Amino acid sequence: MSSFKVTAVLTCFCIATYVANAAVNNIDPTYEQPRSGQLRNKIDQLVLADLKRNGIQPAPLASDAVFMRRVYQDLAGAMPRWWDARNFIRSNDPKKREKLIERLMTTEHYREYWTLKWCDMLRVKSEFPINLWPNATQAYNRWIYEAIKNNTPYDQFVKKLLLSSGSNFRNPEANFYRAVSEKNQEGLTRAVMLTFMGTRYDKWPEGMQKELQKFFSQIKYKSTDEWKEQIVYIDLTPGKKISSKLPDGTSVNLDPATDARQVFADWLISPDNPWFARCAVNRIWYWLMGRGIIHEADDIMFNSKPANPALLSYLEEEFIRSKFNMQHIIKLIVNSDTYQQSFISHSDSPLAQEKFAYYTVHRLDAEIIVDFLDSLGGKKEKYVSPIPEPFTFIPPENRTISLADGSISSQFLSRFGRPARDSGLLEERKNVSTSSQRLFMLNSNYIQEKLSAGASLRYIMRNRKFNANQAYSAVYLLILNRFPSDKELREINEYANSNKTGRTRAMMDLTWSLLNSKEFLYHH
Amino acid sequence: MKVLFSLMLLIFAGSGFCKEIKPKAKAVIEIWLWGGPSQLETFDPKPGADKSYNNEKKSIKTNVEGMEVSEYLPKLAKIADKYSIIRSLSHGINGHETATYMMQTGRKAGGRLVYPAVGAVIGMMKGYDYGYSGQIPPYVVLTRPKGRFSEIGFLPQKYMPFVTGGDPSRNPFTVDGVVLRGVTRKHQEQRRKLMQELDTMGQLVPKNEDLKKFDTDGEKAYELILGDAGKVFDLNTESKQMRERYGMNWFGQSCLQARRLVESGVVYITINSPGWDTHKKHFELMSRKLAELDQGLAALLTDLDERGLLDSTIVWCSGEFGRTPKVQWNAPWNGGRSHYGKCFSMLVAGGGFKGGMVIGESDKNAATVVERPVAPADFFASMYELLGIDPEGIMPNPLGRDIKVMPDAKNKLTELYADGGTK
Repeated sequence: MSSFKVTAVLTCFCIATYVANAAVNNIDPTYEQPRSGQLRNKIDQLVLADLKRNGIQPAPLASDAVFMRRVYQDLAGAMPRWWDARNFIRSNDPKKREKLIERLMTTEHYREYWTLKWCDMLRVKSEFPINLWPNATQAYNRWIYEAIKNNTPYDQFVKKLLLSSGSNFRNPEANFYRAVSEKNQEGLTRAVMLTFMGTRYDKWPEGMQKELQKFFSQIKYKSTDEWKEQIVYIDLTPGKKISSKLPDGTSVNLDPATDARQVFADWLISPDNPWFARCAVNRIWYWLMGRGIIHEADDIMFNSKPANPALLSYLEEEFIRSKFNMQHIIKLIVNSDTYQQSFISHSDSPLAQEKFAYYTVHRLDAEIIVDFLDSLGGKKEKYVSPIPEPFTFIPPENRTISLADGSISSQFLSRFGRPARDSGLLEERKNVSTSSQRLFMLNSNYIQEKLSAGASLRYIMRNRKFNANQAYSAVYLLILNRFPSDKELREINEYANSNKTGRTRAMMDLTWSLLNSKEFLYHH
Repeated sequence: MKVLFSLMLLIFAGSGFCKEIKPKAKAVIEIWLWGGPSQLETFDPKPGADKSYNNEKKSIKTNVEGMEVSEYLPKLAKIADKYSIIRSLSHGINGHETATYMMQTGRKAGGRLVYPAVGAVIGMMKGYDYGYSGQIPPYVVLTRPKGRFSEIGFLPQKYMPFVTGGDPSRNPFTVDGVVLRGVTRKHQEQRRKLMQELDTMGQLVPKNEDLKKFDTDGEKAYELILGDAGKVFDLNTESKQMRERYGMNWFGQSCLQARRLVESGVVYITINSPGWDTHKKHFELMSRKLAELDQGLAALLTDLDERGLLDSTIVWCSGEFGRTPKVQWNAPWNGGRSHYGKCFSMLVAGGGFKGGMVIGESDKNAATVVERPVAPADFFASMYELLGIDPEGIMPNPLGRDIKVMPDAKNKLTELYADGGTK
């Protein structure tokens, strides 16, 4: 530890100079601010050392406004309210970023949004091809929600899922073994490996696949008199011991009269197992940074090369040291300058993105966009459920983020690439642009109606205390959570004057323009 | 992975398979009778059955000797030489979602992959990656999606169908994103310019590939909003006579719209006609719905033929299954028919499929297949062949696997191929 401190001080000095040099390079005042010159935590030290080695210029920090919007989206799955954004930007508290992170992580929105991420991976949906059915879907969703809320240690969370049995209604975690499209030992092995090791079963040698299947060969299902109730149980038939192999190649003996999953679980969640912590922290990094240290985050093999091995090892160690505390890792990441840096690359290096020299931009989750649009007022998005019964009713004030069931969807959600929850693969969530999305945002009745009937906008439009510039600024705060630049104010004033639109139409057109901007639709 | 995927697309594009068949079909119109239409009241009438099966409904002669359809379809009866009927479809699945999956992918539900619908596959394999240059997306859905499953399955998001929304029998047909009421063209142009001027963030990250795509997608969108491409949805450019010929209702005008889309080069058009799940009031509903279907579909086939488009356009009309042959007169149904996947029928026309033929046969009550069974995969494989897509070929996919388009179809409909099929 003491040797770490000495090297840390030395490297800090070098890196701080490196960063300071970077700081003078044209900073965009709307989106950026200089780095402090001090390292926030060890993540920054490891990232910046790696950048320096590769001659890559790191980006400056994101401005308070950009940071706030980013961290709201990542931790709460929501946009900040305009007055919260205004107060945050204006606050002089030097600790305001840390405080905001602490606050967001205690909110209901945080729990709902991170539950959603886990429900995508654990394939929480009623219908085909997963077929959990509504009652079990709700129970499973609530169980995951409780784990997120209580910040259950990740190893305990995984162990409960892996060793689950019983009724899908009474022991919600048993749905882990029901939420696969193929309920056989191969399908189950595939799901376990993808979910907890971040690896693709189909890329493993066939011999190894057969060995791994043995751990899940005792799982059986039976029905009850209750509609769609199912019991997951372990078929323990005494017999000869069989041998199998763990993913690391170690041979083990399995007794058919005991639960073979236990052997696998003991191996998996052991602090000595490199797969377990690596997959978990790399996935959290991917969720927050838009790109894994090992990329793709769910296609890890023995020979996968992390973009920054020291960084990944550090996160693994922290995760194990903290007894698999997921919130600890999340906080560590979002409190780093690496997370809080600008999305504008200040380097021409082709490695800049994968080495995390700037923040990766990607299209926002469908749910976050539609929840915000609905919060503007006017007609809400309609959800449809293909489940024949019981009938599903979603209250209009319900946020999409909190939908338990992947089978309940809307045209907006499918158009904007919400995952089907069929396979649990991260790529199922398609955060990419299509022309039909653009058509919808540019020219649909739904958006047009938001402009004329949205309550928040009407409030701004009818507020007599606002002069024109104040009203335009309020729209910027509402849609983009920042104040407009002088140039932007000039543009909109010019637009209003030259087209003689009058303020109301100018405000509607401004709102429409911002809703169709990259800045609104992209996480940045 | 993306590189590999594009590579596979190229390889596929380059491979000329299928030396035996001259692919004639360039477009497909799918008329999806959502809920499951009754085979007895449409293409497999049983006038000789007991009235507990046929409710004393008759069949009528068509303009083809020996080919009869239900009395509900007088207009289609006059043009039977333009289409053929398959009476021996069977998959045995009675649940809407799983049967729909079967009738859209040709595959049984529950495997480890979720396959794309036939429209998405054809849209992909005849679409942009193969030289398609239309401004309308190659796969269009009129007017609502099926909603029971994702049309694209494991394919990338860009192969999602373009779903129009709106109602073509209303004036104007407000296609989602294309036609907007209350915003003039001038206003559209003005605010577009404002949007571009306020693109502050975009100007700072000009090299980002995702954002470049966002811009090109926007340009494509504006071709529809302001360019000529969007005019395909302006049904007022058709004569009143033409519109009335199709029927001034949602279904009829959707058929007319489908013909216009074929003319503009769209590859696959689905008309999702709802309301065929007739557990109750079956016969009342049949009178109303089949009158619209009869008029719209007959007009479509005739119009396509008159324009010389029928030879290159496949039209198929069916649902996810048929309905129980025996009428349920007891409460609570009081004259309804339930789901029935064991035996049902389909109309198929054009694009290299011969007209005036009946394929297969069901028993006296239209309850079981007695001759020439046809599996959904047989029909899809035949359709792919006529489009010049090898059913045994590899379907390009981002999963990096060898997935065949529609393999192992043992009973393809070669007897319906206009050029005689495999030689």
